[in-house]
Amino acid sequence: MIKLLTLIVIALAAVTIWRLMRVLELVRDLRNEDEQITDKDNRVNGRLMLWFLVLGMGGMTYFTIDAKKYLLPVAASKHGALTDSYLYINFALIIVVFFITQILLFYFAWKYQHKKGQKAFFYPVDHKLEFIWTIIPAVVLMGLIVYGLKLWINITAPAPKEAMVIEVYGKQFDWTARYSGGDNTLGRSNFKLITDDNQLGVDSLDENGKDDKITRELHLPVGSKVIFKFHSRDVLHSAYFPHLRAQMNCVPGMTTEFFVEPTITTDSMRLITGNPKFDYVLLCNKICGVAHYNMRMKMVIEPADDFKKWYKTQPYVFARPDAAPAVVPADTVKTAQASAQNRKIVASK
Amino acid sequence: MSTHSHGHAEDSHAGHDHHDHEHHDTFWTKYVFSQDHKMISKQFLVTAIIMALLAMFMSLIFRLQLGWPSEKFPFLESILGHWGKDGKLDPNFYLALVTIHGTIMVFFVLTGGLSGTFSNLLIPFQVGARDMASGFLNMLSYWFFFGSCAVMTASLFVQAGPASAGWTIYPPLSALPQAIPGSGLGMTLWLVSMVLFIGSALLGGINYVVTILNLRTKGMSMTRLPLTIWAFLITAILGILSFPVLFAAALLLLFDRSFGTSFYLSDIFINGAPLAHSGGSPILFQHLFWFLGHPEVYIVLLPALGLASEVISTQSRKPIFGYKAMIGSMLVIAFLSFIVWGHHMFITGMNPFLGSVFVFTTLLVAIPSAVKVFNYLATLWRANIVLSPAMLFAIGLVSFFISGGLTGIILGDSALDINIHDTYFVVAHFHIVMGSSAIFGMFAGIYHWFPRMFGRMMNKRAGYIHFWLTIVGVYGTFFPMHFIGLSGAPRRYYAYTAYEGFDAALNINALVSVFAILGGLAQLIFVFNFFYSMYRGKKAAQNPWGSTTLEWTAPVEHLHGNWPGEIPTVYRWPYDYGKPGADEDFIQQTVPYSETPKSNLPGEA
Repeated sequence: MIKLLTLIVIALAAVTIWRLMRVLELVRDLRNEDEQITDKDNRVNGRLMLWFLVLGMGGMTYFTIDAKKYLLPVAASKHGALTDSYLYINFALIIVVFFITQILLFYFAWKYQHKKGQKAFFYPVDHKLEFIWTIIPAVVLMGLIVYGLKLWINITAPAPKEAMVIEVYGKQFDWTARYSGGDNTLGRSNFKLITDDNQLGVDSLDENGKDDKITRELHLPVGSKVIFKFHSRDVLHSAYFPHLRAQMNCVPGMTTEFFVEPTITTDSMRLITGNPKFDYVLLCNKICGVAHYNMRMKMVIEPADDFKKWYKTQPYVFARPDAAPAVVPADTVKTAQASAQNRKIVASK
Repeated sequence: MSTHSHGHAEDSHAGHDHHDHEHHDTFWTKYVFSQDHKMISKQFLVTAIIMALLAMFMSLIFRLQLGWPSEKFPFLESILGHWGKDGKLDPNFYLALVTIHGTIMVFFVLTGGLSGTFSNLLIPFQVGARDMASGFLNMLSYWFFFGSCAVMTASLFVQAGPASAGWTIYPPLSALPQAIPGSGLGMTLWLVSMVLFIGSALLGGINYVVTILNLRTKGMSMTRLPLTIWAFLITAILGILSFPVLFAAALLLLFDRSFGTSFYLSDIFINGAPLAHSGGSPILFQHLFWFLGHPEVYIVLLPALGLASEVISTQSRKPIFGYKAMIGSMLVIAFLSFIVWGHHMFITGMNPFLGSVFVFTTLLVAIPSAVKVFNYLATLWRANIVLSPAMLFAIGLVSFFISGGLTGIILGDSALDINIHDTYFVVAHFHIVMGSSAIFGMFAGIYHWFPRMFGRMMNKRAGYIHFWLTIVGVYGTFFPMHFIGLSGAPRRYYAYTAYEGFDAALNINALVSVFAILGGLAQLIFVFNFFYSMYRGKKAAQNPWGSTTLEWTAPVEHLHGNWPGEIPTVYRWPYDYGKPGADEDFIQQTVPYSETPKSNLPGEA
């Protein structure tokens, strides 16, 4: 039934447009026209140009003001505040150029419409003008380039030593975080060591990994310095923190990193946005498969004390002798064997 | 096919009027394996229109999903089968749709369709040649293109679905069928199709360059070439230099997929098992891909700018302002296009210093682009503008070129790109500056040169309706998208329902979809006008727009060899419009200065 309806709708649409063409053809023939552009065509379309300009500009301005509520809230990272103000400088510049050029374009199209017996102003070249409008954009762009690159160099500068090292690990279709613990050094990991209960393939023989902790939420102390180390185990992912204005791809076989200083706690941001349910989020922003749109992790920025409290409750990568004995699931033996097997592969490499 | 057979009857009738015409073409040599540039250009155009409709239809389907993610559309099941079960679009098929939509639009419509149609039609006509340098290679170029379109379309019917890793097919996603079903047979067909396409682009490109450089008529110096030809020349060179790199990238990907090599793969654990691939880098693919991919943007855009330059000058009845600056800026853009590819990769972990080099080169592109815009504005200033449908589309192109170009300044700046990379801001940017600009250039070209192609005029009223609905549709679709991006919503998401921060994406998307559907419907008017006018359009005069260039000195009927007698000689540049002292407001390139003593400028003897 639906198939039939779909077909009927398509057929009706086709017939409608076919008839419309026929009407237009008849109008043309009635008026004895030969498709040459008449004064009336110029007049009507010239006016439409003006209307389009006015209504278009008005509509865009209205929409922009209305859509302000959708924009990301104030940046929650140190560099984000800087890039945001740079973004606004860019927008101011762009809007000015946009308005001037578009107004000229559509205004000229109306103003200089064809008049019989009149000739256009023969004006093939003017080197002075060409020079001016090469130099002005060049100077403005140089300014932007210098400003932008200064920021970029700042953002990508090597992180200070004391920055807290956190691994952000992407796989189809979720995120895991690994904190480097008291030594601030992540234990070695290898994709061949991955098992059901060692999802990140951390090497149990590496002392540095003993104090690493694995979490399913990302918590950051406000005002701290954090260096994220990104990994992926399968396809490309991109760790996108819209509120931190930070993003970096996660590439299998390679470590990438991004340094941030979170400045606003989740609670403060809830006040700022007026949304008591607001939460920071880490999104996947590189097409990674069927559930790409659902791949995300909650992020919490909190005062250092709260962070410490939360951190204590998180499990170590490997159960430690001083920790309470965990309940051993039945299939642990199997995975332990698999782990041993994989270790041999790694060792023989 | 019915279109062809009708055209056949007409043309053979025309053939009877020319008894000196010695060729006796059969249906096969005239319409299928034709070596005539005019027929090949029509073949490219009709194929591209069909592909464009297919890709547009796909975009409307995923616009329904994005606009109304919780609604059910029962008709989806009837057209898509199990991909639209219960009226819900399958998330895997959603990714397939965005992938194939992008691929078809970028390669088949805006590269093959645009260059293939207008380079073929205009190069021999405007440089004054009987045909392309090699008619056979030209025919081969079309049939490679056709084969490529056929394989891509066939991939839609693969059980596991067509390629779904995005039109940029980044590995490992595109290399591993375990990662996404579309990376099975669908991806193989995508690669095969692309190899055929690259073959077509290279055969065509070499032919265009050779024809332009070697077959110009007497008097047609390089600085007397219309800007269209300059644009086609530069485009062809870009294609010849960059497409082989995509070929290499595709070949290596094929090896990784089928023969277990590790060019792009390393350290992968998927589906519960580690893979043996070791030592490759997915980033290598991106470097190779964008080394083509960025010039590709200009392969798409430059011909459109060339067509628009010609239309704007003709319909302004005024010479193009700064002819040499226009050529110069195209050359600079083309050169820069080879050293900016890294701006697609700021956040892949590339060395920040390398990133800053790419920022520098990228923002430089804005300078020649600005020059072009100002030159267009100067051309329109104090002109005598005939607002034909083609002219409207050319003006629309300039408008999009400005709007989309400006947001490029933001995206090209690495510090800002960090936050908006791969969001809807990017989608909005390139759909305006590359997609809409180029398609408007193509429309301008079709409306303007339709009489040259088919000897008939298109209906102007339908053209006007088409233009106004389309420009409203395009701005209505892509302007709001910037805000979806600025709200932090990533692209290629099947739905924005899962996270409350996506309010913008949810609310604005419905508006966007309404405009997209409006714009899509408007294209049907064009399609009807196009095919209708082929048969029922008013017969065209030889030079309906009062143009100066050579293609309008050839008879309306298509002759093998274009001109019945000798090829005309050229005496002046192509933009003598509105010259003071001249009798009419244009002087054709074939008129010697000796015949126009009243209008000659100093130095023109």
